[in-house]
Amino acid sequence: MPEQLLFAIEVTLNGLMAGVLYALVALGFVLIYKASGIFNYAQGVMALFAALTLVGIMEGQVPFAHLINAIFGTDIHHFGWHVPALAAILLTMLVMVVLAWAVNRFIFRHLVNQEPIILFMATIGLAYFMEGFGDLMWGSDIKKLDIGLPQGINTWIDEVTYNAFGYGFFIDNLDIVASIIAAILVAALIAFAQYTKQGRAMRAVADDHQAALSVGISLEFIWVMVWSLAGFVALVAGAMWGAKSGVQFSLSLIALKALPVLMLGGFTSIPGAIVGGLIIGVGEKLFEFLVGPLVGGATENWFAYVLALVFLVFRPQGLFGEKIIERV
Amino acid sequence: MLDSSEVTVTADGRRIGGVLMDIRNITLRFGGVVAIRDTSFDIREGEIRAIIGPNGAGKSSMLNVISGFYHPQEGEIWFRGEKRPPMKPYQVARQGIARTFQNIALFEGMSVLDNIMTGRLTHMKTGLAAQAIWWGRAEAEEVANREVVERVIDFLEIQHIRKTPVGRLPYGLKKRVELARALAAEPKLLLLDEPMAGMNVEEKEDMSRFILDVNDEFGTTIALIEHDMGVVMDLSDRVVVMDYGKKIGDGTPDEVRNNQDVIDAYLGVAHD
Ligand SMILES: Nc1ncnc2c1ncn2[C@@H]1O[C@H](COP(=O)(O)OP(=O)(O)O)[C@@H](O)[C@H]1O
Ligand SMILES: [Mg+2]
Repeated sequence: MPEQLLFAIEVTLNGLMAGVLYALVALGFVLIYKASGIFNYAQGVMALFAALTLVGIMEGQVPFAHLINAIFGTDIHHFGWHVPALAAILLTMLVMVVLAWAVNRFIFRHLVNQEPIILFMATIGLAYFMEGFGDLMWGSDIKKLDIGLPQGINTWIDEVTYNAFGYGFFIDNLDIVASIIAAILVAALIAFAQYTKQGRAMRAVADDHQAALSVGISLEFIWVMVWSLAGFVALVAGAMWGAKSGVQFSLSLIALKALPVLMLGGFTSIPGAIVGGLIIGVGEKLFEFLVGPLVGGATENWFAYVLALVFLVFRPQGLFGEKIIERV
Repeated sequence: MLDSSEVTVTADGRRIGGVLMDIRNITLRFGGVVAIRDTSFDIREGEIRAIIGPNGAGKSSMLNVISGFYHPQEGEIWFRGEKRPPMKPYQVARQGIARTFQNIALFEGMSVLDNIMTGRLTHMKTGLAAQAIWWGRAEAEEVANREVVERVIDFLEIQHIRKTPVGRLPYGLKKRVELARALAAEPKLLLLDEPMAGMNVEEKEDMSRFILDVNDEFGTTIALIEHDMGVVMDLSDRVVVMDYGKKIGDGTPDEVRNNQDVIDAYLGVAHD
């Protein structure tokens, strides 16, 4: 096989794996947007906050240590214990559920029937608040997250491809694990929405609030539920990204990767988020590989947006959205 | 007049029992507009109770008060012998009160079957964890719920559209699907807001027949709003007449028909 083609296949595989994570982050947006019409600007910060909390719990960090020390003149930082990864993940999930409840109780319950732009601005406020709150709770230093996932080149794939084509593919174990976990989570979310009572209620709320109320669905319960699910998605995305490049502010920028995915897939479509994520993941990696060298590289920062914009011109409703027909 | 304490048997052999819902001195205001003014009436078990009146009389508002969508400033609602605290719509639905809307509220993106299935949500007991771990029980429940839904589908003769997305249905069928969803809840009290509005003559006849059959076969208590005096007279056991937010008449169709206030309200249809 020609060398260029082999490179391209390797790049495509890496793109697919990145794409699964983009899809996951995009799903967090879709869940909340479908059920409540809120475009959650804070989704990326939620991922950062979840990752910070996960590290903090695992390392036995004392939350709000700076604040406590400043007030009481103490000098405590750690409890002196370590929490196993799985237990820490469950505890972090609990924190995300509490966060979901608080967000609805203290913000969105008071903004029912407000314009979408008001709701959007509330989430901007929420994003900055959570960013500061995360810092206050866990400190702002860069943290290493090790939840015991395998890292480094997958030697088996390397060997097999080397023996077959004379060129060994470089594929990171962490990427493989991350995409498998993300794929399972995506499948679980779809099964949840499709087959459970709560999932059915969620779809009902996404479709029509008034009708949902009349069949006995509590909107507030569903909103807390979708924010919890979005928090769960944020936790998984944050943990994967954090394991790869450390837990720091830039982690919250993964949300920016989800925007073009949403433009492509539509803001209300779960399959759209998945397919959109894969297209963007593969697209940006292949483009960088093929065209990057000609234009001096760094195309990954903007290619996804250009792709989404070009796409919007031809299908403004997204991949799976219903055709928007102007009624006159 | 009917005595509220005893069981009555109608001319066509249906049994009408004691008071199921008692609405006492309801007043509802929107800013300066008084939508309902000190209105009281009761709904008895097994009857078809109509609320009629010209446009803007406060009929829909009354139904919205009963179903928890609106909260009156004054008055009480007693349901099955107990005074009801202020409730949200989903709490009312869980008490066994189902409704349809004047402007149809369906899940447009779902199929007819899925729409009607949501009517069963209040009957789905199995918790989320149990659903994940214990598929067997969740499935048995699903099968039982499906049976109820299929019965309703047969009853309302909508088998042929069960897989059709609701958004594609014509108006008349949408109204029927909305009724099906409410029936799937097996409600103790069924509230219908202008179930025949906007229908052609044939559709109106079908709908009248369905309403009578629901009441007859399942014994469901029904409170319905109708704009058109004629339709109501054939359908209902007792009629409340509202005008400008006030109750101006209450009794059997014959009594109401001969009530001078009612005649005036309907002749002076200036605000229709
Ligand atoms: N949500 C609301 N906000 C403000 N005014 C309302 C609202 N709902 C009803 N009204 C007013 O209450 C009065 C009664 O309306 P409605 O109950 O819809 O009458 P009907 O169903 O008998 O035609 C009308 O004047 C209407 O404008
Ligand atoms: Mg009305």
